[in-house]
Amino acid sequence: MSHYSMIEARPLPGKKTRSISWRSREGRSVIYQIVAILSALALVALLVRNTLTNMRLRGIQSGYDFLFQPFGFDISETVIEYANNSSYFVAFAIGMLNTLKVAVIGIVLATMLGVLVGVGRFSANFLVRKICYAYVEFFRNVPVYLQLLIWYLVFTEMLPDLDQAWQAGHFFLSKNGVSFPWPVWQLGQTLALVGVGLGLVFALIYRRMARAHFDRTGHTRPVWAVSLAVTLALALLGWVVGGAPNEWDLPKKGEFQIENGGAFSPEFMALLCGLVFYTASFIAEVVRSGIASVSLGQHEASASLGLSKSQSMRLVVLPQALRVIIPPLTSQYLNLTKNSSLAVAIGYPELVSIANTTLNQTGRAIEALSIVMLVYLTLSLLTSALMNWFNASAAIQER
Amino acid sequence: MKKMTQTLIGSVLATAGLLAATSAMAGKTLDQIKQRGQIVCGVNTGLAGFSAADSSGNWSGLDVDHCRAVAAAVLSDATKVKYVPLTAQQRFTALQSGEVDVLARNTTNTLNRDGSLGLHFIGANYYDGQGFMVPKGKITSAKQLKGATVCVQSGTTTEKNLTDFSRANKLNLKPVVFEKVEAATGAYFSGRCQAYTTDASGLASVRAKEAKNPAAHLILPDLISKEPLGPMVRRGDDEWFAINKWVLSGLVEAEEYGITQANVDQMKSSDNPQVGRLLGATEDLGKHLGLDKEWLARAIKTTGNYGEMFERNVGPKTAINLPRGLNNQWNKGGLMYAAPLR
Repeated sequence: MSHYSMIEARPLPGKKTRSISWRSREGRSVIYQIVAILSALALVALLVRNTLTNMRLRGIQSGYDFLFQPFGFDISETVIEYANNSSYFVAFAIGMLNTLKVAVIGIVLATMLGVLVGVGRFSANFLVRKICYAYVEFFRNVPVYLQLLIWYLVFTEMLPDLDQAWQAGHFFLSKNGVSFPWPVWQLGQTLALVGVGLGLVFALIYRRMARAHFDRTGHTRPVWAVSLAVTLALALLGWVVGGAPNEWDLPKKGEFQIENGGAFSPEFMALLCGLVFYTASFIAEVVRSGIASVSLGQHEASASLGLSKSQSMRLVVLPQALRVIIPPLTSQYLNLTKNSSLAVAIGYPELVSIANTTLNQTGRAIEALSIVMLVYLTLSLLTSALMNWFNASAAIQER
Repeated sequence: MKKMTQTLIGSVLATAGLLAATSAMAGKTLDQIKQRGQIVCGVNTGLAGFSAADSSGNWSGLDVDHCRAVAAAVLSDATKVKYVPLTAQQRFTALQSGEVDVLARNTTNTLNRDGSLGLHFIGANYYDGQGFMVPKGKITSAKQLKGATVCVQSGTTTEKNLTDFSRANKLNLKPVVFEKVEAATGAYFSGRCQAYTTDASGLASVRAKEAKNPAAHLILPDLISKEPLGPMVRRGDDEWFAINKWVLSGLVEAEEYGITQANVDQMKSSDNPQVGRLLGATEDLGKHLGLDKEWLARAIKTTGNYGEMFERNVGPKTAINLPRGLNNQWNKGGLMYAAPLR
């Protein structure tokens, strides 16, 4: 009996008693961590307190109250309208939306170009392979700041003056940027957008059905063609139901501007081109390394199954390559967004540019910079979260 | 941009660090300067006539002359100045954090800046106004610029003046805002903007130094704002403030009494009692500022009086070619009126 009781006296595995004691190794590590966190917090508190005290002593005003005062300077490009008495808060929102505008369009274009170039590195055609190689080596080795300045030179020095603007139909291209006809927004356009949305929902459902059909019978269905046709048809239907509006806001030559219509400024285009071509070169490398990571056996296996070269790439290689591609791709998206802050050099009114002006009008340097940091942090974390979700869905599904 | 943000964040952190180490009001700036044997002077990164460095790194200009004059008065040596070129955004932080002792960087005196930055203007060394430059042609007045695109540098009072003018006259001007003055003028000369706006003195400087053909550009007669430009010092050190203020006033008063760089030594024996006072030949005004008798005489010998500074740096005989205008002496139709040094 005594023998058994000795065994029972041992603590059961998994039911350790957690007491914070200086004597246990774990206890000490918990204490160390608490001390480390407290001292970090104390250091931050000390710095903040000192800064605030000394700013007060030197008569430097601080605080975020300025956010609710009118900002009183004009912003040349805005996604949303602002009034003469709009507050600095609105100015920051305009800056953020301008940043988002170039970041979102830039990410889409850079991904498309990057994937094309990255896949092109494996082309059977010698010329295509070498051009893609040269593209990557050129664009990723020239600093992006320099590229922005060069693009801006191209869009200002090289293009004609307003008086001699290149015109093709209702399209204008000059130092003022590019202007194009833009539909006057009515019910029809809204319904057409609704149609596109419904079409996308249909595409998702149809794809699932086609997959089930394939699993059952082994026959494929033309998912892309059908989805595209249905989406277009629904969009058209929405437009017709909405009264088939066909009014266009046409650009016309004014004294100093191409007026009306839709327009992209040279600043926006230079920034977009700079960011897209630079980032695409990195994305191409990411895609190339992803594809290279898929073993040759996979190519051979899919070829022996009778898949065509493009089918093999699309159905076998890319899904496996994605697992390697997505994490570094996320970094490239974050870089593109953050690099957009270089736009102050070429006069695009994005977040940092607005913050610069604000900082100077109000003298609130720390406050304005803290807002910029907060916005970039938020945008980056959102992008990361989205890409992590995508990554999880591309990961190996273990059944 | 990245670099600027880094610099800014750097200086903000430097502020925090600096302030943590020393008590904020310690600043006997004059003692520090004497100890270090050098004045640190914040200037423009490059504005011909006001502060610009030549190919061998020698700085000159109206703003630079202020620092040289103060160095001559305080350290008896006009070369003991370290120039720190600052962008429009960096300038206030640099002065607030103690990186520079005095900021002589064509900065407009406004209530907002005087009141909220913890800094003081010592007076005006150039009375300016904001204007427009356009390619010579049909436009002869700023009011004709309806709907035009205007290039402008950020971090200045200029943006707000431009917007005020645009709204008041319903011109719907479109500002394209650049961080660096070179980028703003570059975009204007490339034809991206129909006009470039900054202080009229800046327009003249840019036209003279950067235009391929200065005669092809017109500075419009309309001035849309008052821009009294002047040096700044930190609050909390009244002695240093006074030295800067009275060096500036002293050089203006020297012009009024005809004391020049060339004749300053002979003038010491002048019969005019005020001249004797200014040059320390009779009374000792320097002691009120914590300086010696000859402080102003040395400053005049270094830079000349205010009129000579003006003529040498920006006057009609220079490439900048600015008329004396508002910056003439008060008794000649200008605004330069020094409180009496006695």
